[in-house]
Amino acid sequence: MTEKWKKEWFSNIRGDVLSGIVVALALIPEAIAFSIIAGVDPMVGLYASFTMAVVIAFAGGRPGMISAATGAMALLMLPLVKEHGLNYLFAATLLTGIIQIIFGVFKIAKLMRFIPRAVMIGFVNALAILIFMAQVPHFIGISTMTYVFVAITLVIVYVVPKFIKSIPAPLIAIIVLTIVAIYSDVELRTVGDLGTITQSLPTFFIPDVPLTFETLSIIFPYSIALAIVGLLESLLTSSIVDDMTGTESDKNKEARGQGIANIVTGFFGGMAGCAMIGQSVINVKSGGRGRLSTFIAGIFLMFLIIVLGDLVVQIPMPVLAGIMIMVCIGTFDWSSFSYLRKAPKSDAVVMLATVSIVVATHDLSKGVIAGVILSAIFFAAKISKIKVTKRNVNQNLVFDVEGQLFFASVEGFVDSFDFTVKQSNIIIDFSNSHIWDDSAVGAIDKVVMKYQESGNTVTIKGLNTTSQKLVDKLSIYDDSHAKLGTH
Amino acid sequence: MYKKILLAADGSENSLRAAEEAVKVASLDKQCVIEIVYIVNFTKSRSEVLHAQGKEELELSRRKKLESVEKLLKSHEHSYRINIMHGEPGPTIVEYANKEQFDLVVIGSRGLNSLQEMVLGSVSHKVVKRANCPVLIVK
Repeated sequence: MTEKWKKEWFSNIRGDVLSGIVVALALIPEAIAFSIIAGVDPMVGLYASFTMAVVIAFAGGRPGMISAATGAMALLMLPLVKEHGLNYLFAATLLTGIIQIIFGVFKIAKLMRFIPRAVMIGFVNALAILIFMAQVPHFIGISTMTYVFVAITLVIVYVVPKFIKSIPAPLIAIIVLTIVAIYSDVELRTVGDLGTITQSLPTFFIPDVPLTFETLSIIFPYSIALAIVGLLESLLTSSIVDDMTGTESDKNKEARGQGIANIVTGFFGGMAGCAMIGQSVINVKSGGRGRLSTFIAGIFLMFLIIVLGDLVVQIPMPVLAGIMIMVCIGTFDWSSFSYLRKAPKSDAVVMLATVSIVVATHDLSKGVIAGVILSAIFFAAKISKIKVTKRNVNQNLVFDVEGQLFFASVEGFVDSFDFTVKQSNIIIDFSNSHIWDDSAVGAIDKVVMKYQESGNTVTIKGLNTTSQKLVDKLSIYDDSHAKLGTH
Repeated sequence: MYKKILLAADGSENSLRAAEEAVKVASLDKQCVIEIVYIVNFTKSRSEVLHAQGKEELELSRRKKLESVEKLLKSHEHSYRINIMHGEPGPTIVEYANKEQFDLVVIGSRGLNSLQEMVLGSVSHKVVKRANCPVLIVK
C-alpha cells in the first residue's frame, strides 16, 4: 500500500512540480472566466480550483488528472445563482458531492459504457459552443478596442507557443495586454468591473441556507445535473489520461474523490467543479504524471492569487474572452465533421440532437439524457427488424426467420407470414433468430395456431438452447388439446 | 548485420514504403527482428478516446491503421512486434531507439499531415538529428 502511495506521489518529483506550476498558471484565466460564466465573483472559481485540485490530489482515482472549476459546471449553476444567491450555490455544491459519493459507492462508472460515443461527442461539442456563446456579450458590440484586444489575444495564444514553450501562452497574453491596458488609457472593461478579488485563503463555513425541505427542492435538481455532468467529464478525462500515459485508473474511486472534493469545496466557498480535459492534457504534456502535480497546481494557484490579487482585477475582459475562444476551439471535436459523414445516420442524428438540446436548454445533463434515450430507441428500432423468407423444400413450406424476436419486433414478425396457405406441412426455422421474452413466445403461438386452424401441420426447428427453454416454459402451441379446447 | 530494426509507422503511404525497405534490410539476416512503433500523439489521443466506444475498440482502431504494414511483414514471413506508444512522435521515437539500442531506424520521409509538418517540423528530420544509430529515411 505504502509502496503504491509512494509511487503515485513521489516517482516523478521534478516533472510533477514543473507541470503543476504550468497548470496553475493556465488555470487562473479559466477559473476567473468560468466564475463570470456562473455569475459569481472570481474568488468563487479560484477557491474552487484550489480546493478541488488539492483534495482530488489525495482522494482521486486518476493520478495526474487536474480537477478545478469548469465551464461545464459553471453553465449549469447560472440560473441558481441568479434566482437564489451564492449560499444556495455552496449548498448545491455540497449536495453534488454527496450524490457523487453515492454514485461512486454504487459503482456508477460501469454505466459509462452505456453512454454512446455519439452522445459524448455531442457533449464535448455542445460544451465548446456554450462557452463560446457565453463570451459573446463580452466582446460583441462594446467598442472597437475590445475587438482589437480579442484579436491580439488570439494571435498571441496561437503564435507565441511556437517560440516559447515553457510559459503558457494565455498567461503571456494576460500579462502583456494587462500592462498595455493599464499604461495606455484604453477604455476596456476589466475583471474588477464584474467582481472583487480577496487576497486571503478560503475559510471554512456552513452555507447560510435554511435547512428545510424547500431548500432541498430548490438545490436538488441542480445538484443532480451537476453530479452527472461532473462525473461524465471526469470519467471521460480519466480515460484520456489513461490512454495518454498508458496506465490504468480506478474510475469508482475517482467518482468518490470528485464527491469528496466537491463537499470540501462547498464548505470553503467554492463552486462545484470536476476534471478538466484541457488542463489535464496540458499537465501530461508538460511532464506531469503523479498526484504531486495536481497538488502543486492547487497550492501554486492559491499562492499566485495571494501575491498577485491586485493585478488580477485589472485584467481586461476582452483578453479573457480571447483566451476562452481558444479554449472553445481546443474543446470542440473538429473530427466531428468527418464523423457526421462517415458514421451511421442514427449516430449522426444522436450527436446533433445532443448538441441542439444542450444549446437550447443550456443544460448539458438534459442533452446527455436525451441523447442516451434517443440512441436506445434507435438501437431498439435497429434490432427489432425481423425478416421472414418463404421457400419450398420437398413439399414442405419453410419459413426462415432472421433477427431478434422480442416485444418490439413481434408485430413485424407476425405480419410477415403468409396465412393464405392451407393443408400443408410448414416448417418455421429459427436458426438465425433468438427468442427473448414472453411476447416473442406469444407471437410464435399465435402464428402456429393460425396455421393449425387452417389445417396445416407446423414444426418449429432451429431454436438455440436458451430460446428453446423459454419456448418450452411458456408456449402452449404444441399442446393441441389446450388449443382445441379454447374453440 | 542489423539485428534490431525500429520501423516507425503511422499507416500512411510513406510508412508502407518504409516497411518495404525495412523488410529488404531485414532479409539479410535471419535473426533480425523488426519492431513496428506507432506513436499516438497527445492531441490525437483525446479525439481517438472520444470516438471509440471503450478501450477494446480504441486498440482495434489503432491496430487497423497498421494493418497494411503488418500484412506486408507477414507476407515476407518476417518476425516482428508491434509497439503502440504515446507522446510527441519525434522525441518519443528517438528516446525509445536510443534506450533500446536499435541498430537501425527506418522511417518514412513524411507522415499523414503536411500542415502539421510545416508547423512542428518534420519527424524524420528530428529523428535523424538525435538518434544514436543509422537512420534510413524512405521517400
